[in-house]
Amino acid sequence: MNLTADSQDQIRVPSIAQGERILSVNNIEVIYNRVILVLKGVSLEVTRGGIVALLGANGAGKTTTLKAISNLLQAGRGEVTKGTIEFEGQQVQHLSPNELVRRGCIQVMEGRMCFGHLTIEENLLTGAFTRRDGQAAIKADIEKVYAYFPRLRERRASLAGYTSGGEQQMCAIGRALMSKPKMILLDEPSMGLAPQVVEEIFEIVRDLNAREGVSFLLAEQNTNMALRYARYGYILENGRVVMDGDAQALSQNADVKEFYLGVAEGKRKSFREGKHYRRRKRWLA
Amino acid sequence: MHVEKQRPAGSALMHFLYLIFIDPFVQMAQAPDLLAQTLWEGLVSGMLYALIALGFVLIFKASGVFNFAQGIMVVFAALTLVGLYEAGVPAFLALALAIVVMFILAFVVERSVLRPLVGQPDIILFMATFGITYFLIGFGEIVFGGDPKVMITAPLYLPKGAITYHTLGGMVQLQKIDIAAAVIASLMVAGLAIFFSRTRIGRALRAVADSHEAALSVGISLEQIWVIVWFAAGLVALVTGIFWGARSDVSFALEVIALKALPVLILGGFTSIPGAIVGGLIIGLGEKIVEFYWGPLVGGGTDAWFAYVIALLFLLFRPQGLFGERIIERI
Repeated sequence: MNLTADSQDQIRVPSIAQGERILSVNNIEVIYNRVILVLKGVSLEVTRGGIVALLGANGAGKTTTLKAISNLLQAGRGEVTKGTIEFEGQQVQHLSPNELVRRGCIQVMEGRMCFGHLTIEENLLTGAFTRRDGQAAIKADIEKVYAYFPRLRERRASLAGYTSGGEQQMCAIGRALMSKPKMILLDEPSMGLAPQVVEEIFEIVRDLNAREGVSFLLAEQNTNMALRYARYGYILENGRVVMDGDAQALSQNADVKEFYLGVAEGKRKSFREGKHYRRRKRWLA
Repeated sequence: MHVEKQRPAGSALMHFLYLIFIDPFVQMAQAPDLLAQTLWEGLVSGMLYALIALGFVLIFKASGVFNFAQGIMVVFAALTLVGLYEAGVPAFLALALAIVVMFILAFVVERSVLRPLVGQPDIILFMATFGITYFLIGFGEIVFGGDPKVMITAPLYLPKGAITYHTLGGMVQLQKIDIAAAVIASLMVAGLAIFFSRTRIGRALRAVADSHEAALSVGISLEQIWVIVWFAAGLVALVTGIFWGARSDVSFALEVIALKALPVLILGGFTSIPGAIVGGLIIGLGEKIVEFYWGPLVGGGTDAWFAYVIALLFLLFRPQGLFGERIIERI
């Protein structure tokens, strides 16, 4: 696998006002059910117009981090107990999801979560719930979504529950776009999709980033894919950020290669060495 | 019309079977006017069952809560209307104020019960609706007293009396208030259907019914939606209360009609508005016909249990009901 060639794509991703932060998460701690400590001090930043990847294994805390930002934790009986979250310079951890969407920060949840009993077009329209700028503007935006996702136009009248996984993922992203977001928190877009479809969706994400100026925070297990499209990455492990850096640097880091990209340096390692490795990696935190 | 009765030969069993399977139909054919009257009565009470079930469906769809308090909401709405009128408020102002009270109730329920219990298991929300029920009973008795009241009809320009048709070799009597109830109920259902399918809020309601979490994630405000559905259920309760109260009187005993809605819901499906309507009509019709033609065989009183037997059969063979949500599952 030639990672270097892939990561050079990053240079072509255009940037808007490099450096200004749209989102910053400062040392948050999340507790579920008042007892289960899930995030133990996570900090991260997203620059305006950036694509940032949040990587890590199952249960590392990626989804929890995203939900803490979009304030969907409460429905799952979780709570941010320490730290602050700032969106466009203002603290947002006490806002309702509704208010946050109104301000331009929306989450596309893991597993798509389209409204199965609504048609694709109705799904898109629900995304415009918080908007107050009139039917004409909403209609124009639906056309824009169809331009990005031509397959949704073909399926506009089908119930979302009957469409394919890829179409549902497109529908979920399209629905989020309908709220005119400045930032999308995209949770595991590759889940359960064929590699070709994943590629297609990541291409659209890059397109949206470039042409609409939408910033993305991207939680992914598919490290290889995420690092190809993101500019910066954070690696979470056990509710902590254990490593962060430029996507290119991360994809060349020996530990990341070993643990997340499945590329070993030199000869294949035995399980015993693996254990040793894992122990050493923990110390990075 | 004369139909030759064929006496089965001797056997008691044969006679019994004859009484169950043939005699009622012979009676129906012999007196079509009575049949028509029974059918009409069945449709009218079925419509009221449907209205109560509709209140349940609205809330269940949007919040997944089985609202045990729907029955008491019917009583409370009707009591508020009559109580205000008795206190000297003009009839239509009392009606408007009753609507306002139902809105306040929806708002208070959302703030004090639903919001603190977000994310709790369904059973806890169900138990909370018991709490609402007993609160409303107590509060209603304090404010309006425990005595039964007479529903106001004339001041609301609801018609009185009956239309009598001399047809089918006899006569059929239709109460004018029942006709009015049918018309108003149909208009309300049509209004709700349009609201659900065409408007922004209606779409959001259906989205919430599909997935609370996804609805939250796209910025739909659950609080707002819950107030709206509880208010809609309150309006349905008010209409039900007016027409049910006009048939009997307005008292806390009406609260048990909530239990009649349960078989209707099982028949129609908990999430389907057409299901609630068709289920209500089927239960109403079935009850009256069974009571009239088969009731005498067992000494009457079948309308107390018939609906539940039907519900039981449905639970065994078609648990999602006639019109239950199509279960969409990709494999």
